[in-house]
Amino acid sequence: MSDIQIVEAPAGVEGSGFFATKLDQAVGLARSHSLWPLPFATSCCGIEFMATMGSHYDLSRFGAERLSFSPRQADLLMVMGTISKKMGPVLRQVYLQMAEPRWVMAVGACASSGGIFDTYSVLQGIDEVIPVDVYVPGCPPRPEAIIDGFMAIQKLVQTETLRRREEPKYQELLAKYGIQ
Amino acid sequence: MQNHPVYTDNDPQTEYSTLNLGPTHPATHGVFQNVLQMDGERIVSGVSTIGYIHRAFEKIAEHRPFYQITPLTDRLNYCSSPINNMGWHMTVEKLLNIEMPKRVDYMRVIIMELARISDHIICNGVLGVDTGAFTGFLYMMEHREEIYEIYEEICGSRLTTNIGRIGGFERNFNKIAFDKIRRFLVRFPPVLKEFEALFNRNRIFVDRTKGVAAVTAEAALSYSWSGPILRATGVDYDVRAMEPYSSYEDFDFEVPVGENGDVYNRFLVRNEEMWQSMRIIEQALNKIEKEPSDIFHADVPAFYLPPKEEVYNNMEALIYHFKIVMGEVETPNAEVYHSVEGANGELGFYLVNDGGRSPYRLHFRRPSFINYQMYAPMSQGMLLSDAIINMSSLNVIAGELDA
Amino acid sequence: MGKIANEELLQKLNDKFPGQVAETGADFGLLTVETNKESINAVLSFLKTDAALQFIYLTDLTAVHYPELEKPIGVIYHLHSLTTNTRIRIKVFLSLDDLHIPTASTIWDGANWMERETYDFFGVIFDGHPDLRRILNVDDMTVFPMRKEFPLEDPNRIDKKDYFFGR
Repeated sequence: MSDIQIVEAPAGVEGSGFFATKLDQAVGLARSHSLWPLPFATSCCGIEFMATMGSHYDLSRFGAERLSFSPRQADLLMVMGTISKKMGPVLRQVYLQMAEPRWVMAVGACASSGGIFDTYSVLQGIDEVIPVDVYVPGCPPRPEAIIDGFMAIQKLVQTETLRRREEPKYQELLAKYGIQ
Repeated sequence: MQNHPVYTDNDPQTEYSTLNLGPTHPATHGVFQNVLQMDGERIVSGVSTIGYIHRAFEKIAEHRPFYQITPLTDRLNYCSSPINNMGWHMTVEKLLNIEMPKRVDYMRVIIMELARISDHIICNGVLGVDTGAFTGFLYMMEHREEIYEIYEEICGSRLTTNIGRIGGFERNFNKIAFDKIRRFLVRFPPVLKEFEALFNRNRIFVDRTKGVAAVTAEAALSYSWSGPILRATGVDYDVRAMEPYSSYEDFDFEVPVGENGDVYNRFLVRNEEMWQSMRIIEQALNKIEKEPSDIFHADVPAFYLPPKEEVYNNMEALIYHFKIVMGEVETPNAEVYHSVEGANGELGFYLVNDGGRSPYRLHFRRPSFINYQMYAPMSQGMLLSDAIINMSSLNVIAGELDA
Repeated sequence: MGKIANEELLQKLNDKFPGQVAETGADFGLLTVETNKESINAVLSFLKTDAALQFIYLTDLTAVHYPELEKPIGVIYHLHSLTTNTRIRIKVFLSLDDLHIPTASTIWDGANWMERETYDFFGVIFDGHPDLRRILNVDDMTVFPMRKEFPLEDPNRIDKKDYFFGR
């Protein structure tokens, strides 16, 4: 026997030769352990992300082995670092290019709120241009914190219903940002 | 570089295609945008656009007291922030005419050289990744973590260290820190040796890098290059040797130079600098042992924050604490330029002071900004894949580029 | 070659450009001279090409804004002679209604971006510059943010407005 742990099966009905559960949960389970993150790394937090991906902390353990540098195939947009006003439209463009379902994680103080850079050139938090699911505090956050944020995203993915993206509430949120 | 056939616009067979490389292209390691005119795989011309993470450091610095500027310098070149911190502290100390004890100088040297190693680890590791070899990167990153652990032991932070104070360090190095530094000196050399064995004579790596983006010394000097990439062209300009700061004159080290300034030479120079840095750290550790072990800051109560217990129990310390924090300390009305050898080159601080609590004007001479401007002109006639590894070997750090 | 003494350097500059170059100080041993925009390029070329001086390295080029002065924008050059390990700082002051100064990018290629940065932040116009555009700020910016009158924080923000305390 190996000591490799596998994820727990979602709640369901089990009998001889069959296992029944909700489709939402089965899909959520699969999705949450194969998230393809798009690292949108602009500054210091990007270096901590390198450490998170590196051999010591190894984000791959959470199913995020494959970094998707193309937004078209990415599930999770990880925004790491200061987003200036010059960069804002680029970030929005990248978000728009991602296919649903998509999640966004703001890593670090700058992406969350502008951080220490309360200046004329810096966007005061990326939630001014795109909706954000998880904020990770820190300047920069430690790799453990980034992993913690990633696990929070996984939790979201697992518990989300398949139809959430079609709900009026979600549509309203996107409309607030002017996204169709 | 430009001896390939260039087709004109009225040539019906070919026309240039425009390639927008960046600002979020994965191969550029940061937010650099280059709009390239491509003739097949070759770059005909390019225009660099920068400023995508412009954060107005110089403007902020005019509104912050001296000690609050240290966190800003962290975020310049975040791969080696201690060098920036200490460079800034030394600039202010130069302004205030503070004489530093030798032990503090040596402590600073240790931290700065560790930072240089960690910066070069990233640069050379990533250069390996860009030429198709992930292994070296993973080997080396493991040991960058060790350096970060040393930082943590000294100041509690990993990346943006905010290490030290104006006038010294905020606390002494403890025994664990010294142990970790010594352990690093034992454990890192075999890995670096292995790393060199992986790359230095690797056929693929050598073919990809040798002769690529060769730069003459004249061109490099005309573009005000500095740091390892200037030394790779054969100019032995190193601020540590030329204008020693923080007692670098006490150390025995060599300034490695290359021959023709190509990517391969830059790689070799950086590797050799890591060896030299380890030599310096070893000497510094030995020198520190001969100094009194309880000195970790200069005796300047007017500028160095007293420990908290004294603030609560000692009237004098309370007054100094208040004065420093409120910025009521007299500072001379003067201009000072101080430079340190950052991991990417000469990192200069031009400080204009009018006696107030914050600088009247502070300008950073940022090596990445100045080094990067040759990128577009030198890419002309280069293959796109060569231009990518050229960018990695310039080691442009976005935070330092855009300030 | 050893370091050039400040007096010797100043003497040489005065001999070559009588009445055009004035010493304004030598804080921390770094000779600071002031000249005017008519002779700045001649001074820079002389310092670069003179066989004994060889200030071949342009360390830095920036500007400082002194709003209370008659000529409020000072353009600051830092040169370094690598062979003699001597540094010199040269200042040229410009008045607000005539912010033109000849470009140094004809002497050093590296001055190109430094001048663009100075233009971006202070609005100094370098005559003869090949490509004088904004470099760090957004292209459609109309002000020069490093001037003292420009606020640090974004003046258009509304989220910081407070009913009781103002901004």
